[in-house]
Amino acid sequence: MRPENYQAVNHPPSNEYELNFGPNHPGIEGNYAFKVKLEGDIVVAARADAGYLHRGFEKLMEGRLWMQNLAIVPRICVPDPVPMEVCYSMGVEAIGGLEVPARAQWLRVLQLELSRIAAHLFFFGGHAATVGLYTTMFWGIADRDLILDLFEEMTGGRVYHIYNIPGGVRRDLPPGFLKRLNALLDYLESRLSDYDDLFFTNRVLVHRARGVGAMDQKQALEWGVTGPNLRACGLPFDVRRDEPYLVYDQLDFEIPTYAAGDDLSRTLVRRAELEQSVRILRQVAERLPSVEGPIRAPVPNPLAWNLPEGESYTRIESSKGELAYYILSTGGAKPYRVHVRGPSQMHAVQVLEKLAIGARLEDVAQIVFSLDSCPPEVDR
Amino acid sequence: MSDVAYKSKGSVLNPLKAFSFMGRKAVTLPLDEPRDGAEYYRGFHVNDWEKCIGCRSCQKICDNQAITMVKIPSLPDDPVKGVRNERPAIDYGRCCWCGLCVDVCPTGSLALSREYIHTCRGDELDSYFILPDPNGMHDKHYGFGWAKSPDSDLVDLNRRPMPEMAPQKRLQSFDEMVHGYSGQEALLEASRCVQCGLCLESCPTHMDAPNYIRSIWEGNLEQAVRDIYQSNPFSSICGRVCTHRCETACSIGRRGTPVAIRWLKRFALDHVDHETVKRIAAEGKGGYLSGHKVAIIGAGPAGLTTAFDLAKKGHEVVVYEAMEKPGGMTRYGIPEYRLPYARLDEDVDVITSLGVKIRYNTRIGKDVTLQQLEQDYDAVLIAIGMQLGRSTRVPGSDNPHVRKAIDLLRMITRGETFPVPRRAAVIGGGNVAMDTARSVARLQMKKYGKVDITVTALEDFDHFLADPVEVEEAREEGIEVLDARGPVECVIREDGTLECLRTVKVISIFDEQGRFAPKYDDSDEQIHPADMVIEAIGQMADLSFLGEALTERLEWNRGRLKVDENGRTSEPWLWATGDVVHGPDVVHAVADGHRTANSIDTCLCGMEKVTQ
Repeated sequence: MRPENYQAVNHPPSNEYELNFGPNHPGIEGNYAFKVKLEGDIVVAARADAGYLHRGFEKLMEGRLWMQNLAIVPRICVPDPVPMEVCYSMGVEAIGGLEVPARAQWLRVLQLELSRIAAHLFFFGGHAATVGLYTTMFWGIADRDLILDLFEEMTGGRVYHIYNIPGGVRRDLPPGFLKRLNALLDYLESRLSDYDDLFFTNRVLVHRARGVGAMDQKQALEWGVTGPNLRACGLPFDVRRDEPYLVYDQLDFEIPTYAAGDDLSRTLVRRAELEQSVRILRQVAERLPSVEGPIRAPVPNPLAWNLPEGESYTRIESSKGELAYYILSTGGAKPYRVHVRGPSQMHAVQVLEKLAIGARLEDVAQIVFSLDSCPPEVDR
Repeated sequence: MSDVAYKSKGSVLNPLKAFSFMGRKAVTLPLDEPRDGAEYYRGFHVNDWEKCIGCRSCQKICDNQAITMVKIPSLPDDPVKGVRNERPAIDYGRCCWCGLCVDVCPTGSLALSREYIHTCRGDELDSYFILPDPNGMHDKHYGFGWAKSPDSDLVDLNRRPMPEMAPQKRLQSFDEMVHGYSGQEALLEASRCVQCGLCLESCPTHMDAPNYIRSIWEGNLEQAVRDIYQSNPFSSICGRVCTHRCETACSIGRRGTPVAIRWLKRFALDHVDHETVKRIAAEGKGGYLSGHKVAIIGAGPAGLTTAFDLAKKGHEVVVYEAMEKPGGMTRYGIPEYRLPYARLDEDVDVITSLGVKIRYNTRIGKDVTLQQLEQDYDAVLIAIGMQLGRSTRVPGSDNPHVRKAIDLLRMITRGETFPVPRRAAVIGGGNVAMDTARSVARLQMKKYGKVDITVTALEDFDHFLADPVEVEEAREEGIEVLDARGPVECVIREDGTLECLRTVKVISIFDEQGRFAPKYDDSDEQIHPADMVIEAIGQMADLSFLGEALTERLEWNRGRLKVDENGRTSEPWLWATGDVVHGPDVVHAVADGHRTANSIDTCLCGMEKVTQ
């Protein structure tokens, strides 16, 4: 621009400015964006900007056979794909009247809890990085990889397992799996003190996370908060216990809660949950050898499988909160409509927009991560 | 906010803990030394080309449309054996390694290997579009990962059982022994089909089984009948007695029992009422008349299929039948316990409802001459089938107690009586031998209360001609079936009655040139006591009505009438179709009928009048 053309623009007097947070930013998880309006370094308004990862899963599923959709559903939540498979399968089973054999139910729990631990380790890593503790991030991801090794043995795939199908699961455990599972659980437990030293009782985390992004129980319920984020507000609600599915009613575990509803509580709830998942897995490892029988109900040829007319709403507890599938069948070979009620949409949009207000800019990333939302599931 | 305690004071020595991590194994792995994939790893595909039949099921289930079938010209392509020369190629830019292709593969040829690294340096393979073979994409033989396993197999290998009469009950009468599927069973059976279409390619008349099976599965039986009538107006019959090459080709049959294609066809026809079938069959019949007249000799499947097609195209068709009822060999050659005449009548009624006229009890050469037909009609078709039984011509076979199977079957159908033997021996190992033996068994049961029949076949059981189910059912009914026995003599007593059939062991049937020249081991002789010997070794056509002059004019091929691929003889007005030129069963006759009808129609529409 030539100097003679330059004219100063008269802005209205304001000390507010806007910053883009993402979609390409280390402080945001995945392809997700967030616009914050700041006054100084205090956030006065925030607006979620989703859609960068929209692949139209729900729509895609309407054009695919019941069985084909199994390859799609895990992609809706990359760090915690198992609940997607299980929930979809349970929904189809509800419409088709399929009864899942006991052993398959135990195997599903085994897989679900492993996935929960993997997702929480991922969470620790991600959250730690936002407060500058990068070693935890490396550790979290490296330890998660050990779980992926077990997944690889059990399901044939490390990340997208596609292990559950309507009616049960696709394979039984390989020989010696439970031994290796127990060894891994021992290892994870032995690692907890390292994680505590490095992260959970680290004054950097405690000082930075305490009181940040806090909500009370009433707000949480109004905003549709579920899962660990709700339990961090002191409400011990967990679908696994309060509306048991699979064999959770035969398992002994606690629902850890923290009262403060802030970043720190959300982090610590997940640490406590990891211990509970280990506890559940130990019980599963003990019980599984005595649960014999088929791992799958007979299902028809997937190329010619019409589900009866009907609808189902199935909900389960994922590592991020309450996950539900609404499936509508008009009696055809493909779903008429599938709707995924994921926990992340509430957490990453309406909750985040509210919690960010009043926070300092450097805490925004921390709040984003402490809610542990999953962008592909927001966008679906 | 005292819900967490943290160390407010640390030691200066705490960082030294970091040294304890230095000796640990690295978490990451170098690219050049990949660790092995897990036992069920879902890595790159491998495909056993020997087992793969190109059925395309993997392509159909693929969620990502990552599979393209590629033609490999060097591989066998044989519809009758149910093999296509197509093999799946995978686009790894699309594949998501879900492994559904493996689970749905009917043959079990496709598997995922434990190979998971595909990087390229220099001149290494740099494509993502791979045609998997047994060696894996880099020829490194990583071994199977996710392969076929009973746990994850999504192919329904077991046929729904067909309800049928118990052997003792079915011996009591000629009632149809197979009851047919119920609605739910048929639906379940139909759902086993993977829609590979190998059946369609193997069927002589190319019935679109995938389509009508899909229609049955969808519960749309009228559509199924419509699909069926596209290619076969003898479906009630074929739904019962077809030699079902489709089921031999069926991809599900590679590891399990093939889809019951024949019974499903029957199910559709049985469950749609006759008037509706007639309405559906008439769809596509033009409201015009061509003005051409066609005479067909013989109201069997070949002749009537031709009549059906020609009538739909507006030609006037008259069928001349020597017997008193239609159906030809399907009526007079197939026993009623396999094919009830009422069903046959329904199939024929559909055809006559299109305007086809049938003149019964009219034998050409006797009641009407062929020359007459040549003059009165624009085209004449010979579809007389093979009505004369062949003889073994072994010593004693000219005795009146040595009967031809086809004659007996005809007599049974017409209700004619003959002395039922207490003990009978059958020569022959084809379906006619079984039909005759089982029919006579029913007569024996009625008259003497027990069955005593021995079937002696030239072929051994590995090369047996009769349908294995027929043999099994015959055995269930108390008939003894012997393989590799060659007849040498029908021993006659002095009073002219039959004593026994003498057979010897067969060493080989054909010589090196493939000609029929059985070799026997005379030391291994067996005596089969019998009051009646039944020869069921094949039939031939009786073409004596052609007359000398025409026989002279026509071209012949080793005693058979020479025709082109559509059944036209060397005489421009004369066609021949069905068993008389081809054989050997109903569905081939139907296929022939369609071809011949097309040929006649093309000819009639192309010129005013064929005969001069």
